[in-house]
Amino acid sequence: MLRYLIPLVIFIVLAVFLAIGLTRDPHELKSVLINKPAPTFRLSQIKAPDQSISNQDMRGKVWLLNVWDSWCIACRDEHPYLIEYAKSGVVPIYGLNYKDRREDALAWLGELGDPYTASAVDLDGRVGIDYGVYGAPETYVVDQSGMIRFKHVGPLMPDVWNGKILPVVQELNRQGAAK
Amino acid sequence: MTRPNNSRTCSLLILLICLFVPFVNAQVQEEEVPSDDPAIEQRLTNLSKELRCLQCQNQTLADSPAGLAADLRREIRIQMKAGKSDQEIIAFLTQRYGDFILYKPRVTFTTYLLWFGPFVLLLAGLYVLFRYIKQRRDLIPEKPLTADEHRRAQELLASLPGKETT
Repeated sequence: MLRYLIPLVIFIVLAVFLAIGLTRDPHELKSVLINKPAPTFRLSQIKAPDQSISNQDMRGKVWLLNVWDSWCIACRDEHPYLIEYAKSGVVPIYGLNYKDRREDALAWLGELGDPYTASAVDLDGRVGIDYGVYGAPETYVVDQSGMIRFKHVGPLMPDVWNGKILPVVQELNRQGAAK
Repeated sequence: MTRPNNSRTCSLLILLICLFVPFVNAQVQEEEVPSDDPAIEQRLTNLSKELRCLQCQNQTLADSPAGLAADLRREIRIQMKAGKSDQEIIAFLTQRYGDFILYKPRVTFTTYLLWFGPFVLLLAGLYVLFRYIKQRRDLIPEKPLTADEHRRAQELLASLPGKETT
């Protein structure tokens, strides 16, 4: 009996592990920056090139950094939702325009609407490297003290927004109010 | 009759889409400028063979044509020119992208199974094999020949043509 049972158990354990593996997206990497200070940047703003924007400016509030560009297809998917999220006023969304042409980026915002409080221009992708960006769109949740608390890779569809981003933001706001 | 035709059109369409999708991503990508220092290029080649491209995860940073890989190679050139050691550059990259960027995983607590698992399996396999052989051997009883059997064996051997027996 045992000699038939042991291979069966080994097979079931292996099958369960492989099944779990199948449900996971190998492109989704865990960010090493979670609970670390958001890397500092000071970049020009896309709509006001003579003005700069830095992550230091956002100290004291919870904010989102959304990495986007006009050539990324998934960014187009999430864009209408971003506009809705921005309208709800729950949390300010800042953009990091990643390796884009300014005229393309401005045309995109003009055509599809601008959900961003402001967008920083990362022309050569150097700030993207500091944030560990490997594929737009990516979204970071940064807390009041400038720490990255959450990262989502891929479009911010409503299930991600309601299931992951909003709870993190609300928890951070609650913690901030308690202090 | 229309079926094979349809599927052929379909696969042709898919092929065309695959061919043109790369061009849809008209990303800002300046020409990659190799360093004028051949020593740096040599170091970059060696180092980037051990690093993973994060956009196309089964290619090294050396092989990958992806935009991010080119950016990272440029960054590595800049850091090498600034006199950073390979170790410092690897630390710079893992602080941003995690250990996943290393093609050769580090030996840490979480990777013990990965590194030593195969040897454990080999030892376990050898143990099972030897136990099995020993068990089989124990099953065969050693039975010395009787005097009669011995004589018959001698006779059989003697009857073989061209063979001298003692």
